[in-house]
Amino acid sequence: MDLRPTADQRALQASARDLLACRFGRERLRAAVDSPALDRALWRELGAAGFFALRLPEADGGVGLGLPEAVLVFEEAGRALLPGPLVAGHLLAGVVPGAATGERVVGLCDVGADGARLWEHPADCDELILVEGTGPDASAEIGGSDAPPVGAGTDAPPKTAGLDAPPEDAGSDAPPESAGPGAPPEDAAHAYWNASDWPTLAPLRSVDPLTPLARVVSYPRRAPRALDVPRLRREAALLTAALQLGSAARTVEMAVEHARRREQFGVRIGAFQAVKHLCAEMLIRVEIARSAVYAASLTGQSLPVIGAKVLADEAAVRNARDCLQVHGGIGFTWEADVHLHLKRAWLRLEQWQSGAKAEEALAEALLAGEVAV
Amino acid sequence: MDLTYTPEEEEFRVRLREWLAKALPELPARPDPLDWPARRAYDLGWQRRLYDAGYGSLHWDASPTQRLIFLEETELAGAPYVGANFVGLLHAGPTIAAEGTDEQRARWLPPILRGEAVWCQGFSEPDAGSDLAALRTRAVRDGDDYVITGQKTWTSHAEIADWCELLVRTDPEAPRHRGISWLAMPMDAPGITVRPLRTLAGPAEFAEVFLDEVRVPVANRVGAEHDGWRVTMVTLSFERGTAFVGEVVACRRTLGGLARTARVNGRWDDPVLRRRLGRLNAEFTALWRLIQWNVGAAGAAGGTPGAGGSVFKLRYSQARQELYDAAAEVLGTAGALDADQEWTAARLSSLSYTIAAGTSQIQRDIIAERLLDLPKGR
Ligand SMILES: Cc1cc2nc3c(=O)[nH]c(=O)nc-3n(C[C@H](O)[C@H](O)[C@H](O)COP(=O)(O)OP(=O)(O)OC[C@H]3O[C@@H](n4cnc5c(N)ncnc54)[C@H](O)[C@@H]3O)c2cc1C
Repeated sequence: MDLRPTADQRALQASARDLLACRFGRERLRAAVDSPALDRALWRELGAAGFFALRLPEADGGVGLGLPEAVLVFEEAGRALLPGPLVAGHLLAGVVPGAATGERVVGLCDVGADGARLWEHPADCDELILVEGTGPDASAEIGGSDAPPVGAGTDAPPKTAGLDAPPEDAGSDAPPESAGPGAPPEDAAHAYWNASDWPTLAPLRSVDPLTPLARVVSYPRRAPRALDVPRLRREAALLTAALQLGSAARTVEMAVEHARRREQFGVRIGAFQAVKHLCAEMLIRVEIARSAVYAASLTGQSLPVIGAKVLADEAAVRNARDCLQVHGGIGFTWEADVHLHLKRAWLRLEQWQSGAKAEEALAEALLAGEVAV
Repeated sequence: MDLTYTPEEEEFRVRLREWLAKALPELPARPDPLDWPARRAYDLGWQRRLYDAGYGSLHWDASPTQRLIFLEETELAGAPYVGANFVGLLHAGPTIAAEGTDEQRARWLPPILRGEAVWCQGFSEPDAGSDLAALRTRAVRDGDDYVITGQKTWTSHAEIADWCELLVRTDPEAPRHRGISWLAMPMDAPGITVRPLRTLAGPAEFAEVFLDEVRVPVANRVGAEHDGWRVTMVTLSFERGTAFVGEVVACRRTLGGLARTARVNGRWDDPVLRRRLGRLNAEFTALWRLIQWNVGAAGAAGGTPGAGGSVFKLRYSQARQELYDAAAEVLGTAGALDADQEWTAARLSSLSYTIAAGTSQIQRDIIAERLLDLPKGR
């Protein structure tokens, strides 16, 4: 038992970091701020590097790794502030043709009872999977049947491909049969496959300059997909938590780098205890979130995932705020990258799991009286 | 990344669980938590049972993973807390195991394990708390003895202790960190006066200890003369890194009990309170994961916990206080003000967690300077 990544896992993470540093460094990041259209070439490169197909079986052209490895790679994407529907691309790699290689860009939008109905990068997606309904485990929102551990040191093949059963009328280009969400037909969770121009959208100017957003106001329930929606939501929340973790870890580094360089009153500001203590609290949030996220990736169960998302959200949002504080006036400018981390962290905070629902689910679990260790 | 246990470890868990199921119902009634002499007898008795069953040395002899299993299982089963044995089992003992000579290990460790000796920690002085290296208690060499004069304070369990891990200044001329030595002092030596201090949580828990020409053999020194600061860092790394680990499981049990109490008394209908409890659930779960992380890191570093212990200690001490504040909310006004409630006593004693074993401010300094490499300064 050792929660820390193995040498192989660290090597995988390092190579993801190198790839992103090469292909999505500071200049590319700032260019994306000015024109946030998805970089299709980069998307294909990510595909070629196995980013999306990481958990597909090798027989299907995938890398054959598990959820823990996916979390490590997503942590790097979070550090680099890589934009795009990364979670959708990864989770639907075995489902939507072309998603695994990055040839086609697929979006994923939760229009369920409490879903924010927000769609990332609407103009860049070739297609969209919508999920709705609260599913069997409404209290946990993203919960549901706890799948057996995925890739938790077992030899079992990764199950991503098993997310989907054959589509009932995939590929049909029949016109939409219904418009508008209205009342879901029943409470069970569903997934629908839509062409990117089928849903009706309300414009929304995204707070995150790197992530264009639209609000889905109505959509056709076309081409139902037999996706395991609870599992999809759970894994989406976990991968989103991993992105938050990466961002939180990056903002500590940014704060520490700045505190070591900037001088006031004739000393480096990092020598001031008030600044030191801000930085120390940032590191603590990262460590606690990291332990929770990594452990949740091993168990794959819904409650640990919910808890991990809560703590990773806190780490990303509060670290970005503290990082901004450590930067002083520069921190409030558009030129510093700090605001980009904060805005993205706010966005992810709203994705896949709301804080209130999550805390309610964690509270409910206490009544069961189990202290799982 | 791996959370699985080996078959041997699982077997160890099962055997321990079976043993606990038999041993716990046979225990005598628990003493009044404020009656330390009674607690001494009770806690030592429990340690003796563990020892006789072969579980006595788990605090420092076993693999880190076995230790975790031991802590999980004893806490889950509701076994007695280490209590009076805290210092001996959780930081003096491990320090002697790591830094002592073979002779010293043979002399002091078995009585700790057999539940025969209680240890206390004589580090802090009235003017040397956070700034521990400012300590002034003097030890002057006289033949084979040190002759010690000075004062210690906030010494937990001093009244009932047999031995004290004592920090003394052996070289007053040397720079502050260089002239310190770590000694094992028998508490019945002539010249020792223990004066209990009343705490905000009840009568005595700790005491002032006055030392007036107390003679301690030089053979009782652990580590080289004047090298006590380094030995002290080992002691503190155990105190911060591992000593509170078992309590996390206990806190999770407490939290579950709190939720059920709220359900019964109607406070559960308050969504703000519910969410607070839910968040604490995530917090204590993650603290347990952090422990598992630190155990791996300590194993890789040869057994001594590193500065990562400060990360754990700081977050845990805050979470524990939040837990008991939430308990007060669950009890409602009258309950929260009732000094006879068990929760109230626990809430009061939780106030010490951000102070004892190094304050939160000191832990943040350690994290900033040792883990983040920020410049030293004010
Ligand atoms: C319940 C309990 C049990 C204890 N048991 C023992 C024991 O068995 N043996 C033993 O030796 N000691 C024991 N202690 C003492 C404990 O280790 C000290 O109280 C602790 O280290 C703090 O020192 P102090 O009390 O002198 O506080 P001070 O050092 O005077 O601190 C007062 C305040 O100033 C802050 N402060 C001090 N220095 C700095 C700094 N450099 N930067 C920022 N803030 C600073 C502190 O954080 C604190 O908020 C115990 C304490 C408690 C509460």
